[in-house]
Amino acid sequence: MFDFLSFIPRAVVQGIPLLYGSTGETLTEKAGNLNLGIPGIMYVGGISGVIGGFLYEQSLPAGTGVAPFLAVAIPLVCCLVGSLLMGLLYCFLTVTLRANQNVTGLALTTFGIGVGNFFGGSLIKLSGKDVPAITLTATAECFSAPLPFAANLGWFGKLFLSYGFLAYIAVAVALLASYVLKRTRVGLHLRAVGESPATADAAGIDVNRYKYRATCIGSMIAGLGGLYYVMDYSRGIWSNDAFGDRGWLAIALVIFTIWRPNIGVIASVLFGGLYILHMYIPTGMNLAIKEIYKMLPYVVTIIVLVLSSIRKKRETQPPESLGRSYFREDR
Amino acid sequence: MSKPEKKPLFHIVKRAPMPWWKAWLYRGLSIVLAMILCAVISLIMTGQNPVQIFTSIFNGTFGSPRKMWATGQNVAMLLVISLAVTPAFQMRFWNIGGEGQALMGCLASAACMITLKSVLPNWAVICAMLAASIIAGAVWGLIPAFFKAKWNTNETLFTLMMNYIATQLVAFFCVFWESPKGSGNIGVINQSSNIGWLPVVGGQKYLLSILIAAVLCTGMYFYLRFSKHGYELTVVGESEKTARYVGIKVDRVIMRTMILSGAMCGIAGFMLTGGTDHTLTTTLVDGRGFTAVMVSWLAKFNPVWMILASFLLVFLDRGASEMAQKCKLNSSFADILTGIILFFIIGGEFFINYRLCMRHSETKEGIAHV
Amino acid sequence: METKTPAVSMRGITKVFGRNVVANDHVNLDIYKGEILALLGENGSGKTTLMNMLAGIYFPDEGQILIDGKPVVIRSPRDAFDHHIGMIHQHFKLVDLLTAAENIVLGLDGKLDLKAASAKIREICSKFGFDVDPAQKIYDMSVSQKQTVEIVKALYRGADILILDEPTAVLTPQETDKLFAVLRSMKESGKAIIIITHKMQEVLSLSDRVAVLRSGQFVGDLVTKDTDAQEMTDMMVGHSVTLNIERPEPVNPKPRLEVRDLTVRTEDGILKLDHVSFTANSGEILGIAGISGCGQKELLEAIAGLQHTQEGEVNYIEDDGRKESLIGKDPLKIAEMGVVLSFVPEDRLGMGLVGNMDLTDNMMLRSFRKGRSIFTDRKTPRNVAQNVIHDLEVNTPGLNTPVRRLSGGNVQKVLVGREINASPTVLLTAYAVRGLDINSSYTIYDLINRQKKDGVAVIYVGEDLDVLLEIADRILVICDGKVSGILDGRTADKREVGMLMTHIGGKANEQA
Repeated sequence: MFDFLSFIPRAVVQGIPLLYGSTGETLTEKAGNLNLGIPGIMYVGGISGVIGGFLYEQSLPAGTGVAPFLAVAIPLVCCLVGSLLMGLLYCFLTVTLRANQNVTGLALTTFGIGVGNFFGGSLIKLSGKDVPAITLTATAECFSAPLPFAANLGWFGKLFLSYGFLAYIAVAVALLASYVLKRTRVGLHLRAVGESPATADAAGIDVNRYKYRATCIGSMIAGLGGLYYVMDYSRGIWSNDAFGDRGWLAIALVIFTIWRPNIGVIASVLFGGLYILHMYIPTGMNLAIKEIYKMLPYVVTIIVLVLSSIRKKRETQPPESLGRSYFREDR
Repeated sequence: MSKPEKKPLFHIVKRAPMPWWKAWLYRGLSIVLAMILCAVISLIMTGQNPVQIFTSIFNGTFGSPRKMWATGQNVAMLLVISLAVTPAFQMRFWNIGGEGQALMGCLASAACMITLKSVLPNWAVICAMLAASIIAGAVWGLIPAFFKAKWNTNETLFTLMMNYIATQLVAFFCVFWESPKGSGNIGVINQSSNIGWLPVVGGQKYLLSILIAAVLCTGMYFYLRFSKHGYELTVVGESEKTARYVGIKVDRVIMRTMILSGAMCGIAGFMLTGGTDHTLTTTLVDGRGFTAVMVSWLAKFNPVWMILASFLLVFLDRGASEMAQKCKLNSSFADILTGIILFFIIGGEFFINYRLCMRHSETKEGIAHV
Repeated sequence: METKTPAVSMRGITKVFGRNVVANDHVNLDIYKGEILALLGENGSGKTTLMNMLAGIYFPDEGQILIDGKPVVIRSPRDAFDHHIGMIHQHFKLVDLLTAAENIVLGLDGKLDLKAASAKIREICSKFGFDVDPAQKIYDMSVSQKQTVEIVKALYRGADILILDEPTAVLTPQETDKLFAVLRSMKESGKAIIIITHKMQEVLSLSDRVAVLRSGQFVGDLVTKDTDAQEMTDMMVGHSVTLNIERPEPVNPKPRLEVRDLTVRTEDGILKLDHVSFTANSGEILGIAGISGCGQKELLEAIAGLQHTQEGEVNYIEDDGRKESLIGKDPLKIAEMGVVLSFVPEDRLGMGLVGNMDLTDNMMLRSFRKGRSIFTDRKTPRNVAQNVIHDLEVNTPGLNTPVRRLSGGNVQKVLVGREINASPTVLLTAYAVRGLDINSSYTIYDLINRQKKDGVAVIYVGEDLDVLLEIADRILVICDGKVSGILDGRTADKREVGMLMTHIGGKANEQA
């Protein structure tokens, strides 16, 4: 019998970083910016939080416990600032200087992963442990504390209440992003900017400002995905390269959800589930097959991409100006 | 024009193309500025004086014959993949799937080495490896091209996803062919028999890669510059309308070019598995498929400049690793420095293509550009 | 009417593009509330430029704009809105993926309330008789619906002065009637409406007053009911000017290209060519006259194998009288048949040439396939380029200069030079001298005449009637995708051509 009760919570915690990443990237892409730097930004988000938490824990006199509020707030703020800086860098290059988005994004990913691993490695050295990892158990406990009553409510508690607060924020942010995009004037203008910057410009919308804001906020949201991964998913343990290719998976998720963050809430759990499905399906001695399961998210993403391009339904296409910089040419 | 109060301080206009030497002067200047910034950062991180830092960077690349050969090998591999993605870029087809295409080449080579080792003689295995790698890479390139040509499917996202499918396929086969059992690794293939290992040329393990890269570079230069195909794909990249006007079949050119692009990535995979590493891992290509995008773009799709651009990136990477090692810093420091230099070059392009006009020259420009 | 204050008054408006292209030269124009003013003029007479200055797209170099008698400065489309001016451009400024309502409120401030907006839109619609579904996506709409959305958008923003730039160019006759009805009802409610057009019957049926521009200058205005098509056409085209373009007698003309019942629709289903039939002879220049956008582009592209046709035939006639169909063949197939068909398209840098390539590479566009080698032959095109530079006096820094950097006249010389170099048997040219200075223009006329002497069948699509009348042996006049007449170039009269272009030859009589 398939053990849903243990499968789903694990799929959810796998999915939350992807949800953050894809919500952030969706906002960015809606403004016409294809930010391939998201994997790097998520690394930076994670490591910034770790640095904050690490410095805070180190600053405490020996023997005293962490203050929950500070233990959460300091890494959170560090994470947001770190990923914001990455977003600003991307915008400065692609919006202000109109550089090629693909090249900039890839460079940002190289840089971001470098930053993550560099500081990660340096902190590991500083902490002087034998294991190649930083452990912030105390901070992580504050992040991963489940909701009250989770333990008392049986399967319901386990399925819905057993996660750290960042998981709920992820869902809230995704739903909020969806609402903003769909129902508010800001969202309307943002969509117009991504579809047709020239038209938006003619209607009096400040295209560059929208691109900057969407991309920076998107980066900050994506950065939280990195933070969630270290602080909650891996219980405060940072080891280099552990985050893996989740950043790219987040970009895949954007396509899979056809640029809708609210679908992302469910789809991220699906992706997370596919990621760990091999553990739940009896494969016998054939361990190799689990790698095939890990391939599934990318395969279904391609299928979605191809089908939507064949169907040519306008709503499911990438934003029209995606990947191109806007220059108001000489009118 | 009246009412200046709402005007911004300056506005941006497209600049007439500058002579090539001036453009390269700008690019050189960006690199110098970036180097200075890198030096300052290194200084802060290590506390060493800049001369020492640059000495160790230099040593990392040229410090010993062994290091020089390794540098040469790295440049060659990066160059081959950069050359491979270039025809696609020249056609304005954003192939960021070089990583996956090369990895498929590795996989195909490894498959031939493992399955054919006791069936065919060595030379035949090598021929089969080459053919299989080319086909595997080409197929991996053709799939997104086909959908682009037929339904205009976004190629950037498609090729990106194809990378990870290739990675997982390789991961699957790594376990499938694992040796010893339970290790999850393939290890060195045919270690004792050396079947499928490319011959060592001139007594240097890496010389063959460098030679192949040189041949491919020359070939690609002529292909892009002087061949009919190269001409066609350039026209398609510049304007599909013009291409149709002169009777070029745009669909066919897109697919043909991506077959070429993928096939060359496949050759790169063949060189990695057959020539130097003799193994198969998911990280065998080591991100070169992505770095190649930047190399190709930095060199403005010119194969000759690509040698320099590949060299610059490899030099940075190896040099910074060496420095990091010496100063007991993390090796990822190299990635940070690479990132910084790339940002400067990317940003520097702006000043080559655009010009800032201060307000006093506005009136003249305004009239000329409305 | 004359005693009222004009809603808009333009005084001494001058606009110069580049160094010496005068688009508007001290134009004075008044528009009153509750009237429809038709702004009449040929292509390039400066109508759109003048109106763009009201809409805030351009800023005038000289002159003043008064609204309700008060001087104002209009620097951006927003300023124009603030003065209640709305303009419906020929190219709609709508986001395809959004709904009508979303497009209408795009760029406004305040909380997004689509329900309230939709209610207001419906109110506007019922007031003037529009038919817009606020929830419909733009990409689902026909061209006329999109146009309606643009008009509603202007009204939603409180426009009292509405400018429409050739609104009927993209509409069917039924849609045009509907639009006119709406415009009349808007006029009734006191709005000032300006309609840019060059179609005479529209002026007659719709407008109260007509103002005529010619070569950037204001020629005069007339009250519509006191004038007739003849007078307006005369004002619009002016008097015949003698240009002294050579016109040799055709030598031994033989049918070369036969077009029969050619019908073309655009992807949106708009009829662009309607059973067009004619024959082009060798050694002769067939001029094609017509208001721009009446199917000339589609006609040439259909002959060249670039346009999908719905019906009809295009046959190439060999010297021995054999006919070969060109329909359904792409340019490559046509070339493989041995038919050398040269085409100088309207969009020189977007279609005929590659702007970023140098002269040699551009010369190669036609010839690069020649030979068996996998490499291109660069010597021949280089020589061709050198010859073109020399023969046509192309002013370029060198062979390696990207053609994008050449001036318009030189770009055209390069393009025409290349097309002629193939020694064609059929030469199609679209607006060959548009944007060219006098000297370059004469070089091009001369080139075309030389082709004619060499026995080439030339099809010359032009916009300047004076030129057409002097260069063409026969003139085919096209109106709304139909052939409205074929005249002898030596005897044709400018007014007659002008009438046929605006279909007065047939339609005015019906009305009269």
